[in-house]
Amino acid sequence: MSQIVVENLVKTFRVAERQAGTWGAVRGLVHRRYRTVHALNGISFALEAGELVGYIGPNGAGKSTTVKTLAGILVPDSGRCEVLGRVPWRERLAHVRHIGVVFGQRTQLWWDLPVIESFDLLRDIYRVPKADYARTREELIALLNLQPLLDVPVRQLSLGQRMRCDLAASLLHAPPLLFLDEPTIGLDAVSKLAVRDFVKRLNRERGVTVILTTHDMDDIEALCTRVILIGQGQILSDGTLEDLRGRVTRERWLIVDLVDADEPVCDPDADVLRREDHRVTLRFDPACVSSAALISRITARHAVRDLFVQNPPIEEIIARLYGDSYA
Amino acid sequence: MSAYMAILSARFRMLLQYRAAAFAGFATQLFWGLIRVMIFEAFYRSTTQPQPMQFSQVVTYVWLSQALLGMIPWNVDSEVRGMIRTGTVVYELARPLDLYALWYTRAIAQRSAPTVLRAIPMFIVAGLLLGMQPPPSPASAAAWVVATVGALLLSAALTTLMTLSLLWTISGEGIVRLMAALVTIFSGLVLPLPLFPNWAQPVLNFLPFRGIIDAPLRVYMGHIPPAQIGAVLAHQIGWTLALALLERALLARGTRRLVVQGG
Amino acid sequence: MGDALRLYFRYLGLSLRGQMQYRASFWMLTLGQMLITGIEFLGIWALFDRFGSLRGWSLPEVALLYGIVNCAFALAEGVGRGFDIFPEMVKSGDFDRLLLRPRSTALQVAGLEMQLMRIGRLVQGLAVLLWAASALHALWTPARVALLLFAICGGACLFYGLFILQATLSFWTIETLEIMNTVTYGGTETAQYPMTIYRPWFRLFFTFVVPLACMNYLPANAILGRSPLPGLPLFVPWVAPAVGIIFLALTLQIWRLGVRHYRSTGN
Repeated sequence: MSQIVVENLVKTFRVAERQAGTWGAVRGLVHRRYRTVHALNGISFALEAGELVGYIGPNGAGKSTTVKTLAGILVPDSGRCEVLGRVPWRERLAHVRHIGVVFGQRTQLWWDLPVIESFDLLRDIYRVPKADYARTREELIALLNLQPLLDVPVRQLSLGQRMRCDLAASLLHAPPLLFLDEPTIGLDAVSKLAVRDFVKRLNRERGVTVILTTHDMDDIEALCTRVILIGQGQILSDGTLEDLRGRVTRERWLIVDLVDADEPVCDPDADVLRREDHRVTLRFDPACVSSAALISRITARHAVRDLFVQNPPIEEIIARLYGDSYA
Repeated sequence: MSAYMAILSARFRMLLQYRAAAFAGFATQLFWGLIRVMIFEAFYRSTTQPQPMQFSQVVTYVWLSQALLGMIPWNVDSEVRGMIRTGTVVYELARPLDLYALWYTRAIAQRSAPTVLRAIPMFIVAGLLLGMQPPPSPASAAAWVVATVGALLLSAALTTLMTLSLLWTISGEGIVRLMAALVTIFSGLVLPLPLFPNWAQPVLNFLPFRGIIDAPLRVYMGHIPPAQIGAVLAHQIGWTLALALLERALLARGTRRLVVQGG
Repeated sequence: MGDALRLYFRYLGLSLRGQMQYRASFWMLTLGQMLITGIEFLGIWALFDRFGSLRGWSLPEVALLYGIVNCAFALAEGVGRGFDIFPEMVKSGDFDRLLLRPRSTALQVAGLEMQLMRIGRLVQGLAVLLWAASALHALWTPARVALLLFAICGGACLFYGLFILQATLSFWTIETLEIMNTVTYGGTETAQYPMTIYRPWFRLFFTFVVPLACMNYLPANAILGRSPLPGLPLFVPWVAPAVGIIFLALTLQIWRLGVRHYRSTGN
């Protein structure tokens, strides 16, 4: 029995259109024009307990709508959904007790209170038994290094410190399922690593199911074995990251910053994808030429200031998957 | 001088944009005025003794005071308040303008713009439908205009005083509220001043607040004859100047305090 | 239920602690509140000083009306202003976080803020009430005192319900609703005087739409031994304050509707 079952979720929003100008505003008072946004167009997937899934897609694809529906905040138009045996939006109070949610851009802690008091308040809200709470809290404090932060008001914490506290806060009631929405956004490199490390341990050692939505592909590559890609309200891919890439292309990109902006660049095994001033983006197939070989050929022939190799960004992948342009 | 005029006109135009709030406020004011008229009517019906003001005058007074509600120094300049709170007010000190004159000019805009916004619809509605009488003579009307100018200057001075008190941040907000309370009652907004007990009249006449609402309104109605406009104006201007002196001193003190504290 | 109340008071306590940090400012604000609201009574007193009576009502009798409604409003304002913050929460998306907690949303919003300074209005309302009580000393029986307290409670519930209603409307519209402020502040002003002085449509509005008359005018009549309306059954003024409690319950239901709407349309 899967922990999460989603079947054909559909959600449409009606967004009131703002009409331009004063006359438009007056008209808008009387006659509202609406635009329908098909946020979810029938998505389906299932998750087992203990999975660490990346949920990715461009902005507006339907990621947050899915997460909100699974969390019980949003009521879908149609479709079936079961989380831990409950329908999230129908049994909000019971359901919400068993999930943890972290929003990267918004803290759930009380701004003026010391961290530890936020924790205690949450304990009260979630009605966690005293003994369980004490144990869980101490474990989380140790794992995330929160001891020096406990008496600091949340508003005085740095972004990285706050994120660690938010992670702890979301787990105080020991939920078996955790939603992470952009947890590493805006964090410095050290904090990012700390967060990733913690999430990995949480999943591997304690079996907490994690659904991670993020734009940061490094997060995905570090943590997720399974990746679900959503675009324009539909699941475009559900499998490993390599599966995803492999479905579209094996290509990789070599981006070179030339000293001389006008210098023509060509290579038998690489196409010039883009040129902008000094920056040239070359596309190549690693099966035909290794990056090392290509790099040495290019640097031999041209004066190069800097270069790097990357996978095509996920937006490109998605765009190619469906032939539109999102980027 | 032109710099101040530019600031005045810019701020005035900006404040004129708050039409939606003014409209919503209009409904509230109508409600308020209606209640007060009904209350006064009931009181007047309960006695046959002659009173310092006739009921019809009270009606005009009520609606006129609603129309000129923007004149009451109720609130401070929100931009300046924000500047003081964040400490950016120190940048104002670096400008090639006299800070007091600058804030005073802003206060004039702050009082005149909402007045214009609220007065026009209220004059129309109250004048046509609700029994607000026009001035009894052209002389009264002219005197009223003069008195209104004086009221504006005085009100701006009081507004500036309130804004200044924010420089003393701990007590500032409280002082603003206290002053708003004092102004409300002693300007005649709650009750026309002539209807206060006779023994209170000398005090009420002395205080500056009557110059904002009570005096101009009574000039409008002819209750204060147009010939006495000089006395009214003297009272208003006198207080304005006295306040200006006080405020300049306070401002110097207050900004010195800010700079010392490191803003 | 008890657990929910405990959490509610814990929330309020937090808000209180935050305000207590700024002690000087608190005293100033409270004093200012007291003056601003007390000024109303000064005006009433001056009017009575000049006119003597108001349609057969004396100053202590009107003071009774004044005291009840001011105490009721102050109590509601003291604990109900959390709902003022609510529209911002909807705008900023912070309301979602409340939905993610296994608690009633109304409870969480209600606990957002406690405004201690509203004690200013309460103090002056109580002062006037006590003065009226002593001036009318011949009237008091235990039953009437109980009715007085009941009236204040019912009134507080009514105002609280109005705050909830005002907040709930922001589920459907972004515009701030001045009209509700008109009703609460304007209503308080209205209720300070006997209902008989107002035009019929006004009286009807404040009896049946926003039943303020049931909160202070009717009970006051019973306390003063007057009969508010010919033909009105005697028991009615004694149970009238219950309308306030019913009103509050109704607005909580409307709140639930609002939350449901929010969850279907998203944001």
